[in-house]
Amino acid sequence: MSTRLQNHGRLIDRSMRLEFNWNGKRLNGFKGDTLASALLANGEMLVGRSFKYHRPRGIVASGPEEPNALVGLGQGGKYEPNQRATTTELFNGLTAKSQNHWPSLEFDVGGVNRVMTRFFPAGFYYKTFMAPSFAWKHVFEPVIRKAAGLGAAPDPEERDADRYEYFYAHCDVLVIGGGIAGLAAALQAGKSGAKVLLLEQENHFGGRAPVDGVTIEGKPAQDWIDATVAALDSMENVTIRTRTMGAGVYDHGYALGYERLTDHAPEIAGPRHRLWRIRAKRILTATGAIERPLSFAGNDVPGVMLAGAVRDYMINHGVSVGDGVVVATNNDDAYRTAIALKEAGLDVPAVIDARSTATGPLVEKARAMGIRVETGTAISSVYGNKKVTSVGLCKQSGEGTKTDELDCDAVAMSGGWSPVVHLWSHCGGKLNWDSEMAMFRPDPSRPPLGADGEGFVLVAGTANGHLDAAAAIADGHAVGAQAASEAGFDAKDDAAPLAESEAEGPILAVWSMPQGQNKKLQMKTFLDYQNDVKVSDVRLAAQEGYESVEHTKRYTTLGMATDQGKLSNINGLAVLADSLNAEIPQVGTTTFRPPYHPISMGAIAGEARGGLFKVLRRTPMHDWTDSNGGVWEPVADWRRPYCYQQAGESVKEAVNREILQTRNSVSILDASTLGKIIVKGPDAGKFLDMLYTNMMSTLKVGRCRYGLMCSENGFLSDDGVVARLDEDTFLCHTTSGGSDRIHAWMEEWLQTEWWDWKVYTANVTEQYAQIGIVGPNARKVLEKMGTDMDLSAEALPFMAFADGEIAGIKARPYRISFSGELSYEVAVPAAQGQAFWDAALAAGKEFGITPYGTEALHVMRAEKGFIMIGDETDGTVIPQDLGLNWAISKKKEDFLGKRAQQRPHMVDPKRWRLVGLETEDPSVVIPDGAYAVDGTTRANGVKNMIGRITSTYYSPTLKRSIAMGLVEDGPERMGDTIMFARTDGTTINAKIVDPVFLDKEGARQNV
Amino acid sequence: MLILTCPNCGIAADETELSAGGEAHLTRFGAGSSDADFENYLFMRKNARGVHFERWRHSYGCGKWFHAARCTTTLEVFGTYPAQTTEPPAELIEKIKQKCPDFEGFSK
Amino acid sequence: MRRYSAFAIAREAARYHSGWERAWASPEPKSEYDVIIVGAGGHGLATAYYLGKNFGITNVAIIEKGWLGGGNTGRNTTIIRSNYLQDPSAAIYEKARSLYETMSQDLNYNVMFSPRGVMMLAQTEHEIRGYQRTAHANALQGVATEFIGPEKVKELCPIIELKGPRYPVLGALWQPRGGTARHDAVAWGYARACSDMGMHIIQKCEVTGVHRENGKVTGVETTKGRIGCKKLGMVVAGNASALADMAGFRIPLESVALQALVSEPIKPCMDVVIMANTVHGYMSQSDKGEMVIGGGTDGFNNYTQRGSFHHIEETVRALVETFPMISRLKMLRQWGGIVDVTGDRSPIIGKTPLGNTFINCGWGTGGFKAIPGSGWAFAETIAKGEPGELAAPFGMDRFIEGRFIDESVAAGVAH
Repeated sequence: MSTRLQNHGRLIDRSMRLEFNWNGKRLNGFKGDTLASALLANGEMLVGRSFKYHRPRGIVASGPEEPNALVGLGQGGKYEPNQRATTTELFNGLTAKSQNHWPSLEFDVGGVNRVMTRFFPAGFYYKTFMAPSFAWKHVFEPVIRKAAGLGAAPDPEERDADRYEYFYAHCDVLVIGGGIAGLAAALQAGKSGAKVLLLEQENHFGGRAPVDGVTIEGKPAQDWIDATVAALDSMENVTIRTRTMGAGVYDHGYALGYERLTDHAPEIAGPRHRLWRIRAKRILTATGAIERPLSFAGNDVPGVMLAGAVRDYMINHGVSVGDGVVVATNNDDAYRTAIALKEAGLDVPAVIDARSTATGPLVEKARAMGIRVETGTAISSVYGNKKVTSVGLCKQSGEGTKTDELDCDAVAMSGGWSPVVHLWSHCGGKLNWDSEMAMFRPDPSRPPLGADGEGFVLVAGTANGHLDAAAAIADGHAVGAQAASEAGFDAKDDAAPLAESEAEGPILAVWSMPQGQNKKLQMKTFLDYQNDVKVSDVRLAAQEGYESVEHTKRYTTLGMATDQGKLSNINGLAVLADSLNAEIPQVGTTTFRPPYHPISMGAIAGEARGGLFKVLRRTPMHDWTDSNGGVWEPVADWRRPYCYQQAGESVKEAVNREILQTRNSVSILDASTLGKIIVKGPDAGKFLDMLYTNMMSTLKVGRCRYGLMCSENGFLSDDGVVARLDEDTFLCHTTSGGSDRIHAWMEEWLQTEWWDWKVYTANVTEQYAQIGIVGPNARKVLEKMGTDMDLSAEALPFMAFADGEIAGIKARPYRISFSGELSYEVAVPAAQGQAFWDAALAAGKEFGITPYGTEALHVMRAEKGFIMIGDETDGTVIPQDLGLNWAISKKKEDFLGKRAQQRPHMVDPKRWRLVGLETEDPSVVIPDGAYAVDGTTRANGVKNMIGRITSTYYSPTLKRSIAMGLVEDGPERMGDTIMFARTDGTTINAKIVDPVFLDKEGARQNV
Repeated sequence: MLILTCPNCGIAADETELSAGGEAHLTRFGAGSSDADFENYLFMRKNARGVHFERWRHSYGCGKWFHAARCTTTLEVFGTYPAQTTEPPAELIEKIKQKCPDFEGFSK
Repeated sequence: MRRYSAFAIAREAARYHSGWERAWASPEPKSEYDVIIVGAGGHGLATAYYLGKNFGITNVAIIEKGWLGGGNTGRNTTIIRSNYLQDPSAAIYEKARSLYETMSQDLNYNVMFSPRGVMMLAQTEHEIRGYQRTAHANALQGVATEFIGPEKVKELCPIIELKGPRYPVLGALWQPRGGTARHDAVAWGYARACSDMGMHIIQKCEVTGVHRENGKVTGVETTKGRIGCKKLGMVVAGNASALADMAGFRIPLESVALQALVSEPIKPCMDVVIMANTVHGYMSQSDKGEMVIGGGTDGFNNYTQRGSFHHIEETVRALVETFPMISRLKMLRQWGGIVDVTGDRSPIIGKTPLGNTFINCGWGTGGFKAIPGSGWAFAETIAKGEPGELAAPFGMDRFIEGRFIDESVAAGVAH
């Protein structure tokens, strides 16, 4: 059983005892522990159940590559599923639960899947569960879904109790990884004067060097590490961040850092995670290497661990994984584990070495210590269920016939080390297979290319394939200098730090243990622990023709678990290569995709949540509306009031009240969201003639004209009133949602097509509050407010505007109307919008003035048959469809959209065109979006449609329903009754009428 | 995450400051043009796999449009230049030819 | 072909699965075929399958430069729906959806079609009107959809936040028979069926040129030599322009990157597919338990299958706002694909300037759901030399005539 040792534990502080809760048990650990080391210290070898077979699983690794020890961490608004115990720093009060089992970790009903293993090979679900056809969705899928998944979902009614933020950083050299190579690189780059950012995912530096007993400059590695970190700390041009992972590398020198600020200490105030958005001239990855498991039967039994992890837990945390640990290896590094165990007074029954000869200094040292070394030997099988009890031995060259059995309670395995090349590869850096070292390593001649076509990612140290400490630190030193120099700095040409460690003999590539492992053993030999992918599965995939590495991955799910194949990919593709009689590089790797290690959605979203989710544009009267019954609806980035609800009335009642008040007396409208764009210059008229379908250059100063804008594809895109302020200046109103788009559209044409035209534009939408005073008493209200302008019909007729003062505020009333009533839309400086609004309310009090919202506006414009962009138009409608030919100039040679409107489909007389519609029963309102049908059915079974509703309302003014719609031959069918279909199959009869329902002659507005 | 240098204001702008505007150097065909010319202008695109001349706007910066020559398979940016031109600058074409031997030069 | 079944698994289990056959053969190309399909993605394989099944044309090669199903078929978010507004779209996507219903049985390969229901959230008044319009159209088109209120949305998807401070959920367009399927399995199932009919699937074989004589194609030049054909079908999303260029014509589309991501797997918590077009994001939960998330496209031409991270941020923000619980999940993996977007964002199926050459492209962000319908319609086009009813509206001629099929009217950005 695993336990805490009396000695070792360089990272823990035994004076700081911490209490935590594991599956309801109260356990203790020390400051400096990870959750994984603390669990092992408490003898908790069994930590979870696997994904497919629900097999018992223990801790395998000591870092982010851990596939098994995923736990549910925290509670309520702090709960997080699938947190890795190996990367979770222990804190007082930590609560964790194991996952993927029912009813308990010890006894899991799903474990029945284990005995069915043989019936669940790779891809079995593609071959069954097919009949009857409804059964997948209703019978099989629910069972499979429930068995799959890992941690429980967070409670949907809880809210994340933490917050998150972004950081932005620009640097010359980004160094990812604070091991000895990364430190040496950062130092070289820092000395050159380059701006350096160094990220380390752990809370300490040095990587494996202190664990492996490396000496640097003749002293223990830790001394050099401490001195180097101190030196970097003192450089103003160097920034260091721990607990910050390099998560991803993106094009043009962009990188993501993922900083975990409070995961280790939830009591700290402030954001939990910070997403670093980094731009670097050069990105240097010194990300180390990850040890590979060996593929022998039973290699997933709790207690079978990576040799390096066994060493880590002992030296870093003072934890032994068992009293008797068998070491299985194909390389010399694992002997370090055997030696360390022995030196700590633990038993090493044997080192099982697959190599026929092993003679390196580490091997000799182990032998000299009395450790039994069995060369040419393999583990035939591990025995034990929830923990290791013994291992069987066999010849590595054979098929697995057991020759001996050794009692033990843990196995430390090492299949060699794979450089962490993820960040190199994210943006297309290529790899070479080094058969001597049995690893993929970066090909420096094929780096990811930056904006300038030069490589922008460099790799150093172990990540670059230098497993030896001396070579790794020298590489870091050299590549650090190279990165600085490529970023434009003069790096010092001084000597690299001298590191020493025991030399290692050659590795033997072992992809199967034993070599000729029989089929029965292959079915118990795991490649991907979390997804339960076995050697037999990969071989089956190859046998069935899933030969591409991507096919094998997807068919078996190899490498698709939350560790993304960090442990399994190389072993898996080696088995695939063997099955196909191909070389490993021919098979190739799957694509490395960000992030290196999962990062929280919270961090990705950053601060932009709730009220900050999206920019909110506010009119000057926003707050007033908010506190006066405004029922908000989102309109583009604005909010507009649907209506102003008074106490005791429904939304619908409010809308009707607002309409009748407007029609009978006077109302006030916040129209500030309307786009307002100044177009100025000698060629402004000529320019607007191209932009609008009608002629704008002939507009008289002081007058307004309604205009239509089309896309170059002919479709109506925006409308609004244009006012000519002076000979060279126009003010173009756009729809609320259109101001930015139309302004950009104007600039696009001016800058990229007619750049020789003398025209300037400015979007002044937010510079003005625009307030509509609408209704028969509108003029009286304005006059009561006090003005220096003559607002009479004679002085200021319909479609004119004037400049002056109202209520002492500089104002420009436009005589324009979207309701058909006497109406003044008054533009005032935005800062005085509320003052004007207040003055208007006060002056209008005697007329019962009330504000009205968007719905009343919509109904009133429909009563008048005015089109609304977005209702009558949808991107497929041309002005001709809407009977707006009067607004399309026939004199102009060209305007945007003119050519498009001449295409055959655009002049097709069968295009649906705008009409008004009155239901037979005036109380029935046709549903929004209903289609007109003629009762026939097309050959393909579709009911024939001859038109559709574009706007439909109950008109309180007319006391009946009204609608507008586009109908085939509509204008020619005035008076005809046609049918509109409801979704339930019933129909509504409606008569085709003129779309202007109210005051066709315009008597109400021309006063 | 592209970076393009705006030739108008000189800023090396992050992609989030920019808006892409599609293929550059299209000739506008308006009223009176042939069906084929108009269709070509509006819809047909080279969609080059390799060197691509394209339009960008420095929307959240100086607001100006500009052109870029960029490789669509490596994302290398060969250069940027003002939008007020009907074809790429000769020296840029020369530079691209040196970097990409297969590049046949700009054509409409 | 030996049939797959629970019995077959039991039989094979007894002998350590040594008897399973190859799912598809890997033959060397012949010198000529009746039809060559370039592109062994879902659409290409489905086309070949229906050429054989519906028209008895089996002397067919499907040529693939990489591995079959390796393009967008294997990198999408697997949503299947047919709640389209415009008649031609509704017709072909509903055909596809109905073929998905029986695909597992038809192919004897479990593609795990899961009609769990798809909803598209309405978060503005304008969106409500748009989806009500779609519901009305669908009722007449024979596509079963309905517009549902917020309470029903919450009932179907308990993890949703209805009252987000910025964009409250006002309702949704609900298609109960929409859903998801296992994307790779669709390609593999078709490949196995095509191979069984004697068709040749030739992987790792890149087309490098198109041989033409008198306005007709006579064959293609490939990395495995010249292969002749009587008819040629091009179905190469992400490479359509390049292939068309080899054949000497241009097509009205551009290629951009579309990205997606998955979370780490969790136990089942979401039984439906949800698309939120106002905030730009969509999400479902895979059978493995991962939250599968997609968003909008990058704006610039791109062939790298990598996108820009700010789009991932925007998408995740939108979905954290819609499903607050995902804030404490972690992103496991992000990836990108190259989608071909046409002038009206609808696909092209039909004839080309070369008499015996046909093209199927431009599916944009919505190709996966269409695979069987697209294959069905394209096979008919190739076999008869003229598009049938399903394909006819999708011809390239619509761009010159101005006869567009524009779904952005109701569908917003996401497909």
